[in-house]
Amino acid sequence: MSLETIQTDPEGYLANRDDWSEELAQELAASMGVSLTEEHWKVLNTARAIDAESGSSPGLRKISKRSETPIKAIYKLFPEGPAKAIAKIAGIPKPKSCL
Amino acid sequence: MTDSGTEKKRSLSVICSKGSFDMAYPGLILANAARMAGVDARLFFTFWGLDIVNKKKIDHLHLNLVGNPSAPIPAMIAGLPGVEALATAQMRKEMERLEIPPIREFIEMLDDAGADLYGCQMALDMFKLTKDDLVPQVKEVLTAMDFMDMSEGAQIVFV
Repeated sequence: MSLETIQTDPEGYLANRDDWSEELAQELAASMGVSLTEEHWKVLNTARAIDAESGSSPGLRKISKRSETPIKAIYKLFPEGPAKAIAKIAGIPKPKSCL
Repeated sequence: MTDSGTEKKRSLSVICSKGSFDMAYPGLILANAARMAGVDARLFFTFWGLDIVNKKKIDHLHLNLVGNPSAPIPAMIAGLPGVEALATAQMRKEMERLEIPPIREFIEMLDDAGADLYGCQMALDMFKLTKDDLVPQVKEVLTAMDFMDMSEGAQIVFV
Protein backbone atom coordinates (compact mmCIF):
# COMPACT_ATOMS: atom_id res chain seq x y z
CA MET A 1 0.00 0.00 0.00
CA SER A 2 1.40 3.37 -0.92
CA LEU A 3 0.32 6.96 -0.44
CA GLU A 4 -1.75 6.89 -3.63
CA THR A 5 -3.63 3.72 -2.86
CA ILE A 6 -4.44 4.02 0.85
CA GLN A 7 -7.77 5.20 2.14
CA THR A 8 -7.99 7.94 4.72
CA ASP A 9 -10.87 9.45 6.60
CA PRO A 10 -11.92 13.06 5.83
CA GLU A 11 -9.33 14.41 8.26
CA GLY A 12 -6.45 12.41 6.80
CA TYR A 13 -6.12 9.61 9.33
CA LEU A 14 -5.59 6.07 8.04
CA ALA A 15 -8.93 4.38 7.42
CA ASN A 16 -7.71 0.78 7.44
CA ARG A 17 -5.22 -0.13 10.11
CA ASP A 18 -3.97 -3.09 8.10
CA ASP A 19 -2.79 -0.76 5.35
CA TRP A 20 -0.03 0.55 7.59
CA SER A 21 3.59 -0.33 7.01
CA GLU A 22 6.88 1.31 7.82
CA GLU A 23 7.29 2.26 4.17
CA LEU A 24 3.89 3.92 4.21
CA ALA A 25 4.89 5.78 7.35
CA GLN A 26 7.98 7.09 5.53
CA GLU A 27 5.82 8.31 2.65
CA LEU A 28 3.27 9.93 4.96
CA ALA A 29 6.04 11.63 6.90
CA ALA A 30 7.73 12.83 3.73
CA SER A 31 4.45 14.32 2.51
CA MET A 32 4.44 16.37 5.74
CA GLY A 33 8.05 17.41 5.30
CA VAL A 34 9.34 15.11 8.03
CA SER A 35 12.21 12.67 7.49
CA LEU A 36 12.05 9.86 10.00
CA THR A 37 15.06 9.19 12.17
CA GLU A 38 15.52 6.76 15.07
CA GLU A 39 14.19 9.45 17.42
CA HIS A 40 11.03 9.75 15.35
CA TRP A 41 10.55 5.98 15.31
CA LYS A 42 10.90 5.80 19.09
CA VAL A 43 7.95 8.17 19.39
CA LEU A 44 5.92 6.52 16.63
CA ASN A 45 6.43 3.01 17.96
CA THR A 46 5.49 4.13 21.46
CA ALA A 47 2.30 5.70 20.14
CA ARG A 48 1.44 2.52 18.23
CA ALA A 49 2.17 0.38 21.28
CA ILE A 50 -0.04 2.40 23.62
CA ASP A 51 -2.80 2.40 21.03
CA ALA A 52 -2.57 -1.37 20.61
CA GLU A 53 -2.52 -2.03 24.35
CA SER A 54 -5.17 0.36 25.51
CA GLY A 55 -7.35 0.57 22.42
CA SER A 56 -7.15 4.33 22.41
CA SER A 57 -4.81 6.64 20.58
CA PRO A 58 -2.61 8.35 23.19
CA GLY A 59 -2.11 12.06 23.78
CA LEU A 60 1.33 13.67 23.59
CA ARG A 61 1.94 13.58 27.30
CA LYS A 62 1.53 9.80 27.49
CA ILE A 63 3.75 9.32 24.47
CA SER A 64 6.35 11.66 25.93
CA LYS A 65 6.49 9.87 29.28
CA ARG A 66 6.62 6.36 27.92
CA SER A 67 9.11 7.00 25.15
CA GLU A 68 11.14 9.20 27.50
CA THR A 69 11.16 11.90 24.86
CA PRO A 70 10.62 15.35 26.39
CA ILE A 71 7.72 17.42 25.03
CA LYS A 72 10.18 19.99 23.72
CA ALA A 73 11.92 17.29 21.67
CA ILE A 74 8.64 15.96 20.29
CA TYR A 75 7.75 19.43 19.01
CA LYS A 76 11.15 19.58 17.30
CA LEU A 77 10.68 16.15 15.68
CA PHE A 78 7.14 16.86 14.48
CA PRO A 79 6.93 20.64 14.22
CA GLU A 80 3.48 21.21 12.77
CA GLY A 81 0.71 19.89 14.98
CA PRO A 82 2.60 16.96 16.53
CA ALA A 83 -0.48 15.26 17.97
CA LYS A 84 -2.05 14.98 14.54
CA ALA A 85 1.18 14.26 12.68
CA ILE A 86 2.21 11.41 14.96
CA ALA A 87 -1.22 9.76 14.72
CA LYS A 88 -1.35 10.09 10.94
CA ILE A 89 2.17 8.78 10.36
CA ALA A 90 1.75 5.99 12.90
CA GLY A 91 -1.50 4.91 11.27
CA ILE A 92 -3.54 5.25 14.47
CA PRO A 93 -6.70 7.28 15.05
CA LYS A 94 -6.84 10.93 16.08
CA PRO A 95 -6.01 11.13 19.78
CA LYS A 96 -9.01 11.64 22.02
CA SER A 97 -6.96 13.09 24.88
CA CYS A 98 -6.61 16.79 25.52
CA LEU A 99 -3.09 16.37 26.78
CA MET B 1 5.74 31.80 14.42
CA THR B 2 6.09 31.43 10.68
CA ASP B 3 4.20 32.30 7.56
CA SER B 4 3.89 29.56 4.99
CA GLY B 5 4.05 31.62 1.82
CA THR B 6 1.03 33.85 1.46
CA GLU B 7 -1.11 31.90 3.93
CA LYS B 8 -1.14 33.48 7.39
CA LYS B 9 -0.66 30.92 10.11
CA ARG B 10 -3.58 30.44 12.47
CA SER B 11 -2.98 31.59 16.04
CA LEU B 12 -4.72 31.71 19.37
CA SER B 13 -4.50 34.28 22.14
CA VAL B 14 -5.80 33.23 25.55
CA ILE B 15 -6.43 35.78 28.27
CA CYS B 16 -6.41 34.16 31.71
CA SER B 17 -8.13 36.38 34.26
CA LYS B 18 -9.17 33.88 36.94
CA GLY B 19 -7.05 32.34 39.64
CA SER B 20 -9.17 29.59 41.11
CA PHE B 21 -8.02 25.99 40.64
CA ASP B 22 -10.94 25.11 38.38
CA MET B 23 -10.72 28.23 36.26
CA ALA B 24 -6.97 28.04 35.78
CA TYR B 25 -7.22 24.93 33.63
CA PRO B 26 -9.52 25.91 30.73
CA GLY B 27 -7.14 28.53 29.34
CA LEU B 28 -4.12 26.25 29.66
CA ILE B 29 -5.93 23.30 28.09
CA LEU B 30 -7.07 25.38 25.12
CA ALA B 31 -3.59 26.77 24.53
CA ASN B 32 -2.08 23.30 24.76
CA ALA B 33 -4.67 21.89 22.37
CA ALA B 34 -3.81 24.67 19.94
CA ARG B 35 -0.12 23.80 20.09
CA MET B 36 -0.80 20.10 19.62
CA ALA B 37 -2.80 20.96 16.52
CA GLY B 38 -0.05 23.16 15.11
CA VAL B 39 -1.70 26.48 15.98
CA ASP B 40 0.51 29.19 17.51
CA ALA B 41 -0.57 30.15 21.01
CA ARG B 42 0.11 32.94 23.45
CA LEU B 43 -1.32 33.51 26.92
CA PHE B 44 -1.85 36.72 28.82
CA PHE B 45 -2.14 36.35 32.59
CA THR B 46 -4.00 39.24 34.07
CA PHE B 47 -5.66 40.13 37.35
CA TRP B 48 -6.34 36.92 39.32
CA GLY B 49 -4.87 34.97 36.45
CA LEU B 50 -1.48 36.14 37.66
CA ASP B 51 -1.83 33.65 40.51
CA ILE B 52 -1.43 30.87 37.94
CA VAL B 53 2.10 32.03 37.17
CA ASN B 54 2.99 33.48 40.56
CA LYS B 55 5.84 31.47 42.12
CA LYS B 56 4.24 31.64 45.56
CA LYS B 57 0.74 30.70 44.46
CA ILE B 58 1.11 28.32 41.52
CA ASP B 59 1.08 25.21 43.72
CA HIS B 60 -1.67 26.48 45.99
CA LEU B 61 -4.60 27.45 43.83
CA HIS B 62 -7.90 26.38 45.26
CA LEU B 63 -11.40 25.64 44.14
CA ASN B 64 -13.97 28.40 44.38
CA LEU B 65 -17.26 27.08 45.75
CA VAL B 66 -18.80 30.02 47.57
CA GLY B 67 -20.80 32.19 45.20
CA ASN B 68 -20.22 29.68 42.43
CA PRO B 69 -23.56 28.84 40.84
CA SER B 70 -22.22 25.51 39.60
CA ALA B 71 -21.03 24.35 43.02
CA PRO B 72 -22.84 21.24 44.20
CA ILE B 73 -23.09 22.40 47.81
CA PRO B 74 -24.91 25.44 49.28
CA ALA B 75 -22.83 28.57 49.87
CA MET B 76 -23.34 28.47 53.63
CA ILE B 77 -21.75 25.03 53.83
CA ALA B 78 -19.10 25.85 51.24
CA GLY B 79 -17.99 28.81 53.37
CA LEU B 80 -17.32 26.71 56.45
CA PRO B 81 -13.66 26.36 57.39
CA GLY B 82 -11.90 23.61 55.50
CA VAL B 83 -14.67 22.82 53.03
CA GLU B 84 -13.07 24.44 50.00
CA ALA B 85 -9.72 22.95 50.96
CA LEU B 86 -11.28 19.49 51.11
CA ALA B 87 -13.04 19.95 47.79
CA THR B 88 -9.78 21.17 46.23
CA ALA B 89 -7.93 18.15 47.56
CA GLN B 90 -10.58 15.86 46.10
CA MET B 91 -10.39 17.60 42.76
CA ARG B 92 -6.59 17.28 42.72
CA LYS B 93 -6.90 13.56 43.38
CA GLU B 94 -9.37 13.17 40.55
CA MET B 95 -7.07 15.04 38.18
CA GLU B 96 -4.21 12.77 39.15
CA ARG B 97 -6.36 9.76 38.42
CA LEU B 98 -7.15 11.20 34.98
CA GLU B 99 -3.46 12.00 34.52
CA ILE B 100 -4.09 15.72 34.15
CA PRO B 101 -0.88 17.48 35.22
CA PRO B 102 -0.75 19.95 38.10
CA ILE B 103 -0.64 23.63 37.14
CA ARG B 104 3.12 23.98 37.46
CA GLU B 105 3.77 21.04 35.14
CA PHE B 106 1.13 22.32 32.73
CA ILE B 107 2.89 25.68 32.49
CA GLU B 108 6.20 23.93 31.81
CA MET B 109 4.51 21.76 29.19
CA LEU B 110 3.05 24.82 27.48
CA ASP B 111 6.43 26.52 27.41
CA ASP B 112 8.04 23.36 25.98
CA ALA B 113 5.32 23.18 23.36
CA GLY B 114 6.25 26.64 22.14
CA ALA B 115 3.43 28.72 23.60
CA ASP B 116 4.41 32.24 24.71
CA LEU B 117 3.40 33.32 28.21
CA TYR B 118 3.01 36.95 29.23
CA GLY B 119 2.16 38.81 32.41
CA CYS B 120 -0.05 41.87 32.56
CA GLN B 121 1.77 45.05 33.54
CA MET B 122 -1.23 46.67 35.15
CA ALA B 123 -2.08 43.61 37.22
CA LEU B 124 1.51 43.30 38.40
CA ASP B 125 1.45 46.93 39.47
CA MET B 126 -1.86 46.47 41.27
CA PHE B 127 -0.63 43.48 43.21
CA LYS B 128 2.76 45.10 43.74
CA LEU B 129 4.61 42.28 42.00
CA THR B 130 7.55 42.21 39.63
CA LYS B 131 8.55 39.76 36.91
CA ASP B 132 10.78 38.01 39.46
CA ASP B 133 7.67 36.96 41.35
CA LEU B 134 6.53 35.05 38.30
CA VAL B 135 7.66 31.62 37.12
CA PRO B 136 10.53 31.61 34.59
CA GLN B 137 8.25 30.42 31.77
CA VAL B 138 6.70 33.91 31.60
CA LYS B 139 8.55 35.52 28.73
CA GLU B 140 7.76 39.16 29.30
CA VAL B 141 5.48 41.60 31.04
CA LEU B 142 3.22 43.48 28.60
CA THR B 143 0.46 46.02 28.49
CA ALA B 144 -2.96 45.08 27.14
CA MET B 145 -2.21 47.10 24.02
CA ASP B 146 1.01 45.15 23.38
CA PHE B 147 -0.96 41.94 23.68
CA MET B 148 -3.62 43.22 21.29
CA ASP B 149 -0.91 44.10 18.76
CA MET B 150 0.52 40.61 19.04
CA SER B 151 -2.92 39.14 18.59
CA GLU B 152 -3.52 40.59 15.15
CA GLY B 153 -5.29 37.94 13.11
CA ALA B 154 -5.48 35.67 16.13
CA GLN B 155 -8.52 34.14 17.71
CA ILE B 156 -8.87 35.61 21.18
CA VAL B 157 -10.33 33.64 24.06
CA PHE B 158 -11.10 35.24 27.41
CA VAL B 159 -11.24 32.97 30.43
